[in-house]
Amino acid sequence: MDINEIIKPENLVYKKTPILKDNILHYCPGCSHGVVHKIIAEVIEEMNIQEKTIGVSPVGCSVFAYNYLDIDWQQAAHGRAPALATAIKRLMPEKYVFTYQGDGDLASIGTAEIMHACNRGENIVVIFINNAIYGMTGGQMAPTTLLGQVTATTPYGRKAELNGYPLKITELIAQLEGTCYVTRQSVQNPASVRKAKKAIRKAFENSQMHKGTSFVEIVGTCNSGWKIPPVQANKWMEENMFPFYPLGDMKDR
Amino acid sequence: MALKGAIVVDTERCKGCGVCVANCPTNTIALAHEVNSRGYNFVHMANPDNCTGCTNCATVCPDAVITVYRVKI
Ligand SMILES: Cc1ncc(C[n+]2csc(CCOP(=O)(O)OP(=O)(O)O)c2C)c(N)n1
Ligand code: SF4
Ligand code: SF4
Repeated sequence: MDINEIIKPENLVYKKTPILKDNILHYCPGCSHGVVHKIIAEVIEEMNIQEKTIGVSPVGCSVFAYNYLDIDWQQAAHGRAPALATAIKRLMPEKYVFTYQGDGDLASIGTAEIMHACNRGENIVVIFINNAIYGMTGGQMAPTTLLGQVTATTPYGRKAELNGYPLKITELIAQLEGTCYVTRQSVQNPASVRKAKKAIRKAFENSQMHKGTSFVEIVGTCNSGWKIPPVQANKWMEENMFPFYPLGDMKDR
Repeated sequence: MALKGAIVVDTERCKGCGVCVANCPTNTIALAHEVNSRGYNFVHMANPDNCTGCTNCATVCPDAVITVYRVKI
């Protein structure tokens, strides 16, 4: 069958959602940030909430998230996205408000803000990208960096005696009364992308039901920071990150 | 009944990461020898007859580069 007989509007089964702008993403090839942006955009399209959604972007590689999703945005000081999202949601409770934060942003400089926003049970969605490194600033150790993992600031691998232990902040957040839904997902293959998208959709739906904070961690790759090419980075993640950061729901009520 | 598919690649957006290639179950796609204006080897249908239009490549693409079409024959 000739390709031109297949490529016709009536046979379309997948195309880029219009919620994603045409700007070329600045992320490195294969970076998980792009996949997560895409599935958030698809959820916003499917729920038909483009006019009602406000994102809060962090400091980190995803600081420019506002260039890519065609919704309203604010950009927060490093780690302070949950505080800004609290204010936005309280002033405009009818809006869908989410933060998008890396592990340096959320689990290091922003630990106080995320803990207290989740403990207050703010009706927001938190998307937490755990790539176990500071991507934007050149691949330094993050709180989530694995023991033994080589980074720019742990050239011989992270050592507990010197650098402390990797922080499972999502497990801590699941203990807080204010959270209603806490889950850990990934986006390295089609099945995991579909599951992560379902989790994000559920989180957005929860935020209008006044059940508390929904927290979605995505374990992702930072090929540049890890110095591993994209396909191998996904494999490295499966072999090294998943045993320490197991996927699945930690809380759903 | 069989499924026949085809993809359209927005070659200028493609960064040649190869994640789609690794996730194609029918070995349809590969990175081209040519590069786009940004120097990336973009993806193309190396074996177009194999494509079933499963959307796996488009689902995993971080840059939303791929459009997928499918027919039943
Ligand atoms: C107050 C302040 N301190 C430090 C920095 C430097 N800085 C920029 S991004 C970043 C870490 C980003 O890492 P992460 O949140 O994991 O996001 P990624 O880039 O990996 O997506 C740091 C420390 C800053 N911009 N502002
Ligand atoms: S440095 Fe890492 S987190 Fe940042 S865009 Fe590149 S791969 Fe993604
Ligand atoms: S996953 Fe997307 S960006 Fe990467 S090679 Fe395939 S089409 Fe290009």
